[in-house]
Amino acid sequence: MPKSYADLLREARAQVREVTPSEVDLLVDSPSPPVIVDVREASEWEQGHIPNALHISKSYIEQDCENAVPDRDAPIVLYCAGGVRSLFAAQTLQQLGYTDVASMSGGFQQWKTQGLPWKMPAALSPDQKQRYSRHLLIPEVGIDGQAKLLDSKVLLIGAGGLGSPSALYLAAAGVGTIGIVDFDVVDLSNLQRQIIHTNDRIGERKVESARLSIEALNPDVTVVGHEEMLVADNVERIIAGYDVILDGTDTFETRYLLNDAAVAANIPVVHASVFRFEGQLTVFKPYEGPCYRCLYPTPPPPELAPGCSVAGVLGVVPGIMGMLQANEVLKLLLGIGDTLAGRLLLFDALDASFTELRLRRDPNCPVCSDAAVEARRAGRPIDAATAGADAPFVLGSLGGVGNPPPEARA
Amino acid sequence: MSTVWIPQVLRATVGGAKQVEVAGSTVGEIVRALAERHPSLGGQLLTPDGDLNRFVNVYVDGQDVRYLQGLDTPVGAGGDVRILPAMAGG
Repeated sequence: MPKSYADLLREARAQVREVTPSEVDLLVDSPSPPVIVDVREASEWEQGHIPNALHISKSYIEQDCENAVPDRDAPIVLYCAGGVRSLFAAQTLQQLGYTDVASMSGGFQQWKTQGLPWKMPAALSPDQKQRYSRHLLIPEVGIDGQAKLLDSKVLLIGAGGLGSPSALYLAAAGVGTIGIVDFDVVDLSNLQRQIIHTNDRIGERKVESARLSIEALNPDVTVVGHEEMLVADNVERIIAGYDVILDGTDTFETRYLLNDAAVAANIPVVHASVFRFEGQLTVFKPYEGPCYRCLYPTPPPPELAPGCSVAGVLGVVPGIMGMLQANEVLKLLLGIGDTLAGRLLLFDALDASFTELRLRRDPNCPVCSDAAVEARRAGRPIDAATAGADAPFVLGSLGGVGNPPPEARA
Repeated sequence: MSTVWIPQVLRATVGGAKQVEVAGSTVGEIVRALAERHPSLGGQLLTPDGDLNRFVNVYVDGQDVRYLQGLDTPVGAGGDVRILPAMAGG
C-alpha cells in the first residue's frame, strides 16, 4: 500500500532525534560542538544562516556529506526552514551510517523568532560566482573564503622572477588588492622568466606592466603601485595595512630591511630565493616562527651569493618557487592548512627533489626575540651592530613599534 | 661515513661534486676533514680561528647545528649533513 507524506513524516520523526533551537544554541558553545548543517536551497541560505553552519542542500546531501563530514560518529545537527526537510535529510545521513544525527525542530524560522544569532553569507556577484566557481566548490574555501580573498591585501616586493608568477596566480585567485613594490623597468633579459611582462612593454615600468597583465586577467583586483626602492625611510609606510607580504627581491639589503619592518608590524612574510637550479622557501610568521635573521643572522660575502643577473637562473625555478609562495599566501589568507612557518623547503630542479629543514627562533634574535620586542616598545630598538648582526644596514632607523606580538600584550 | 651535501654555489670548491662522503663523528671533525681535502671550501666554512663562519648554516639530519651543539654536534653513521647557503636571487 503506498505511503502518504504524513506516513513518511511520522516514520522520520520516529527515527530521528529532534532538538530545539535553544538546545542547539547551548550545544554550539559546548566543549564538543556539533557540526551544524543547513540543508536548505542556496537561495534560502543567501538570505541568512546560523553562524559557522555548513551549507549542503538536501538535494546534494548524499553526494557531499561524506566529504564535508568524514567522521561518521561526529555529532551533526541539520536544519532547514521549518524542520521537515532536515528530518528527511537526517534519515538519509542515518542510512549513510552517521550515528549521531539530529534535526532542529522549527528550523531557521524558529531560530530567528527566538532572537538567536544569525548572519548573512558573503555575497558574490553572478560573474564572481562563475569566475571563482572552482574555489567555491572546495569546502575549505567556499563563498566565505572567496570573500576573504577579495577583501585581502597582499604586497609583492618585486615584480620579477618570483613576483611574476605569484602575482598572476594571486590575481586569478581573486586577492582583492595586490600591492607591488618595484622601481625597475622591463628589460629584454627579464622575459626568460618574468612572465607577467611582455615583449611590447620593454622599457616600461614594471609596476605598470604588471598592472596591465593583472587587470587583463581579473578586473576584481586593485593594483597598488609603489614605484620606489624599499629603504629604511619608506618601508614602514609601504607595508602598513597589508595582510601578507611576498618577498621576491634580489638583494640581501632589502630582505633584511623587509624582515625587520615586517616583524615590527607583525605581518607574515612568504620568503623565497633562487640560484640557478635551486630554490628556498619558507614563511616568516612573526613571533610564531623564526624570522629571516634567525635563519641567516649575517649575509654572506658577495662572492658567495651572486644574484640572478650574475649567476643566472633556470627560468622555471623562480616560476615554481613563486607559485609555491602564492600557495603559502593563500593558505595564510584563508587560515587553512599548515604553512611553512618553521620549515625551510629546498628545491633542486636538476634532481626534481624537495628537502625540508627545521628552522628555529633564535632566542637572542635582535629583531624577533622578547628582548627585541621589549626594546622596540621602549623606543630603543636593538642596534644590529651591537647585537653582533653585522648586516649592512641599520635596524635602529626603524622608528615604529608596530603591532606588538599577541603574547607580548598578554 | 656521512654524506655532506654541497650547495651549487660552493660546488666549484669540491670539483663540482653535489655530495661528498666524509668520515667523522662530529660536525667539527667532518668540516675539518672537508677543509683539509678542499682548502678553498674550508676557507668559506671556517674562520681563521676554526669556528663556523656566521653566514654558514650547517644542518645535521634536518636540524640547525647552531641550536644543537655547534661544531660538537654528534653525527651518526650515515648522517645527512647539509651546508645551507643564503641566497638573494629573486
